[in-house]
Amino acid sequence: MRMWAQSHLCQKAQRVPSFLAAAFVLLFLVVSSSQSANALPAFARKYGLRCSACHESWPMLNFFGQKFKDNGYQLMNDRDSPIWQNPGYWPVTFRITPIWHRVSTNKVQVDTVPGNGDGLGEAKITSSGFDLSGLDFHTGGTLEKNFSFYVLPSSDPTASFHFETVMARIDNVGGSPWFNVKLGKFELDNLLSEKRILTLTGNGGIYQLYHFIPAGDGNVFGQMGDNQLGLEVMGHSLNDRTRYSVALLSSNDGQVGLPYGSESYSTFITGSQAFDTGKLGVDRVGFYVMAGQAPTSYLTNFGAPIGGSGTQNKGFSREGFVGQFYFGPHADVTVVTQHGEDSAWFGQGYGDYIDNPTGICLNSTGSGPCNNTPGTQLIAGARNPTWNGVLVEPHYVVSPQMIVLARYETIRMSQQSTPGTPSNLGNITTYTAGFRYNPFMTSRAGWAYHAEYNWWHQDGTSPVTATNLTSSEVLLGIDFDF
Amino acid sequence: MYAKKLTRLSIFAGLLAMLALPSLGFAQLTSYQEKEWLGVESHIGNITGHATAGVAPYRRYCVGCHGELGDGNGENAQWIDPKPRNFQLGIYKCRSTPTGTLPTDEDLFDTLARGLDRSNMPAWSTFSKQERADLVAFVKHFSPRFQSDKAGPPIDIPAEPEVTDDRIKAGQAVFLRAECWKCHGVTGQANGPSAATLTDDLGKPILPFNFTEGARPKCGSTDRDIYRIFMTGLDGTPMPSYADNIKPDEAWDLVFYLRTLMSQNSKEKMMAKKLGLKPITPPNGP
Repeated sequence: MRMWAQSHLCQKAQRVPSFLAAAFVLLFLVVSSSQSANALPAFARKYGLRCSACHESWPMLNFFGQKFKDNGYQLMNDRDSPIWQNPGYWPVTFRITPIWHRVSTNKVQVDTVPGNGDGLGEAKITSSGFDLSGLDFHTGGTLEKNFSFYVLPSSDPTASFHFETVMARIDNVGGSPWFNVKLGKFELDNLLSEKRILTLTGNGGIYQLYHFIPAGDGNVFGQMGDNQLGLEVMGHSLNDRTRYSVALLSSNDGQVGLPYGSESYSTFITGSQAFDTGKLGVDRVGFYVMAGQAPTSYLTNFGAPIGGSGTQNKGFSREGFVGQFYFGPHADVTVVTQHGEDSAWFGQGYGDYIDNPTGICLNSTGSGPCNNTPGTQLIAGARNPTWNGVLVEPHYVVSPQMIVLARYETIRMSQQSTPGTPSNLGNITTYTAGFRYNPFMTSRAGWAYHAEYNWWHQDGTSPVTATNLTSSEVLLGIDFDF
Repeated sequence: MYAKKLTRLSIFAGLLAMLALPSLGFAQLTSYQEKEWLGVESHIGNITGHATAGVAPYRRYCVGCHGELGDGNGENAQWIDPKPRNFQLGIYKCRSTPTGTLPTDEDLFDTLARGLDRSNMPAWSTFSKQERADLVAFVKHFSPRFQSDKAGPPIDIPAEPEVTDDRIKAGQAVFLRAECWKCHGVTGQANGPSAATLTDDLGKPILPFNFTEGARPKCGSTDRDIYRIFMTGLDGTPMPSYADNIKPDEAWDLVFYLRTLMSQNSKEKMMAKKLGLKPITPPNGP
């Protein structure tokens, strides 16, 4: 018979031998004596909620967190107004991850004899060591009820900064949750958010589907994993079960300064519906379409392409389905499919001339810079490259503090741009597995022990012999935000 | 040679440490094991909620404020005003049942989805119904009241009559007679003579509802919700039940009058404007 004031939540561990537990406790205290952190991650601090309220495992959102985001970082109660913020509130969170990792790549371009400069050899290189991820400074919140902002200066590991996100948004226009607007540079409304990915390795820390470019293709503009510049209108039902978004984007892959075409735009459209599936939970299915045009021809000055002069827009598209399926409170799986297609011009390497002015294309006039100047013709039989891909990411949520995850991604070319090209050229297969454990869970800060393994393989793209390229990475780190 | 061995040993030890740290998590995680005594259930329509299944969502969403013991002393409680509910007491504001009785499972179920305005309790409307039912069962298991008592019978709420000018005027008379103005003020601005002195059952200061600032009433904003609020009272607060003082017909009159005080547009507000309805004048002045 228990006392009513006791909770099983406070029961001590039963399975771990005491000496082992004691050793772990000692190790834990020595290595991670930071539980007294007293500053606040921005949103959790404002509302006094634990990270786990909004995140399945931070930074990945759960449905409640998605609804909060869709409402413009508001819970839609009277506490949304900035006047409810504690005077000490400072809506900034930074995140950086010190890591140890071991990276191995089977075929790296090397000189056949070190120093001879021929670059005709390939070698396997394996290296390991301590390292840092990039640094993110997140700041965002409500300026007034239904008026919010988000600014994210981000650096690479060498502290070279850029603006990853800068946006202002107005929510519940006309009192309706179906009409919300944001303007600036923002993450596309991917149901499976790459910016909230739970993995950190070089190849496992992105979704390959969101960045895939066929071998030799010059289209960098269709990367739906990159934050883009534009205007988005999105809406949702009151309980967020039904959502849509439509974004008009500059076809510049999120780069500021109108570096590419003068009049090239793309669009990203999503829609989804969630269903109450009883004991399984709330499952969601949806679709996305990214379609647009981007330039392939640039004016040049002394042979160098001029930014903003791009014309001769050619089309591209990415579309697919997304499903998030829960199997009770502990297990879930997300599935994303994609069919992609680029114009044959992109397939032949035209497109990203600004960033790759020395890129070489094969066309009817032979090989030359990838600039679609007047009179340029595609090689005979050039076709639109197309491909299909799928991503499957299962999670096992042991508790709000511990998640075990895995991912399988595969992309298969269904049509190569150049006739006669091996059908599997550029195909990608990758596996990722790992776990994240949060030793403490408060509304003050995030701290996760992170372990991950990734294996990545692409057919026929090694730099010299055009054979299969394989890379693997083991990563251990401490991920924190504050 | 020695340095190389030492380096390898350091790398091995470092990796071992990083892998071992999360193992501590498993030691803690066994605390989520389901216990046989978590047998409390909730019944929402044809859904049965199980306290055992509510452990995981409680741990994820609720424990930060309501605490592991359900006593309202989670780590965030110190920064929150009003303080989180102490589930051990089994006292709830939002009920369909008479004052002093336990709420029904549906009451708790609805509160979860609606949230509580003017508090830090958000609307957990994204949960599945099963998840909410499980949480209701888990919340109930904290209090011995739910183990010994049954929920009170939901009060009868007669069908809402048609609003008329006379009913609004009658409601104003009820507002005066029942002395609602003493806390809520003559214009509903929560500035009555008693407003500053109010405390809840735990002795903490509490404010009366301000009808004029556009906030949603805590326990729902439909006419039936407002009727229910003052006929059941908000247990644990100074807001009493008026079930013994106000007849059902008068209660609807009061609902109509309260609508005229609210900033939200309503039929009653328009009618009061046409009537030229003036604020009440209490016996000894406002």
